[in-house]
Amino acid sequence: MITTYLFYLLSFLAIMFALMVVFSKNPIHSVLYLVLAFFTIAGHYVLLNAQFLAAVHIIVYAGAIMVLFLFVIMLLNLNKETEPHKSIWLKASAAVASGSLLVVLVGSLKGAASIPSAKTFDASIGLIENLGQTLFNDFLLPFEVSSILLLSAMVGAVMLGKKSIK
Amino acid sequence: MTLDFLIYKIILVLIVFSITLLVATYSTYAERKIAAFLQDRIGPDRAGPFGILQPLADAVKMFMKEEIIPNVSNKALFVLGPGICMLTACMTGVIIPWGKSINIGGTDYPLQIADVNIGILYLFGVLSLGVYGIMIGGWASNNKYSLLGAIRASSQMISYEVAMGISIIALVMTTGTLSTGEIAAQQHGWHWNVLIQPLGCLIFIICAFAETNRAPFDLPECETELVGGYHTEYSSMKLGLFLFAEYINMFISSAVIATFYFGGYNMPLIGRWVHDPNVLAILGFVFLFMKIVGFIFFFMWVRWTLPRFRYDQLMNLGWKILIPLSILNLVLTGAWMMRHEIINYFVK
Repeated sequence: MITTYLFYLLSFLAIMFALMVVFSKNPIHSVLYLVLAFFTIAGHYVLLNAQFLAAVHIIVYAGAIMVLFLFVIMLLNLNKETEPHKSIWLKASAAVASGSLLVVLVGSLKGAASIPSAKTFDASIGLIENLGQTLFNDFLLPFEVSSILLLSAMVGAVMLGKKSIK
Repeated sequence: MTLDFLIYKIILVLIVFSITLLVATYSTYAERKIAAFLQDRIGPDRAGPFGILQPLADAVKMFMKEEIIPNVSNKALFVLGPGICMLTACMTGVIIPWGKSINIGGTDYPLQIADVNIGILYLFGVLSLGVYGIMIGGWASNNKYSLLGAIRASSQMISYEVAMGISIIALVMTTGTLSTGEIAAQQHGWHWNVLIQPLGCLIFIICAFAETNRAPFDLPECETELVGGYHTEYSSMKLGLFLFAEYINMFISSAVIATFYFGGYNMPLIGRWVHDPNVLAILGFVFLFMKIVGFIFFFMWVRWTLPRFRYDQLMNLGWKILIPLSILNLVLTGAWMMRHEIINYFVK
């Protein structure tokens, strides 16, 4: 019963913070609202018994990526004067693009009722031990490939950051 | 989830919270006294016997000072900054096992608020949020020195978090758990992790200094270059909260170092003389506190002994020395754990 209320509360907060991200005038406020939105999503993970995912979500998104975001925005010191003027066509096309994305999402969710739900709910499925077993036994290759992807991205960033390549 | 359980947890939270605040308060006094001792002075001795009421006087002074919020600052964020700093500082105490469980009337009452099975990850999550308070406060002040201090603080914390994380991974590999309660329980007798992971322990302690912004890593508030660093524009108790959060962080990191590497509440040989589990639990709490006080002293000793790093030296130490060393530690730990397999592979 409590979890249902918590779910509605978290969902409400998540949507509210997500809207605040879009509607805030100040980019710093947007970033901070995004951090709050990440927190509510981590709360959803906890409700789903995926504690590991929740913790990693906080560490990676709220702790690392958003700090860098904040960093960049603080240094750029964005404000009204420096904001580039956007033409009416650009705004209209953005509205059409995001509207069609909404249609796609609604269309895909319409069939969600026919998806069979998991028969037996295993409360320990999101715990770190089971996750590790699954990752290193069943999904070892995709796991390693994704880590190589991250490594190559890192090497690429270092190459781009170098002033002169000899 | 009975009412008893809830009340017991709330009481425990209150106790831990008040102990944290008390220790942090008297750390300020201890810092002055130790600084005085190391510099051959007397230190504060006016308020009460031996100046024991000095923290109280400091607090009154902090509260009585004029509250100044700069006109050009972002007011909401300016007020939020020290609040976040204080909040994240107090949040870590819940995963520290303060002792074994106490048995009252047949029921076990563990002296740890939350023994979650992702304890270490929780610690890192809170740690990575700690930077927001300083960053928001420094930026919202709308002052160049504050901004520079905030940027220094955040880049320093991000850099040292990496080495800290990798050194902790090696610890997780040897202990096989992410739960802090389990890690403390494994170190009974002489099985302290510092003996298994000496290099990892060293790296962790250095990173803890950097994460708490303590000397020799206190560049964010380097007064010779940045006036006051990220809290230049702050006054009154908001400044007090920033400074106080540093002492809380110091207390918590001492507790974490003691729990992860120095046996937590365990003390070798004590089991021979004391058999009553309740007495053992209370003694364990006392031992943990002795270790924590020792580390707090170590933190202060270092502050008043070593000069501050230069910023490029700080970054070089973080990225070029500590991270490779911690990766080496990780590889060595892995090799040691798989030594039988490796030997079998070559001998066969």
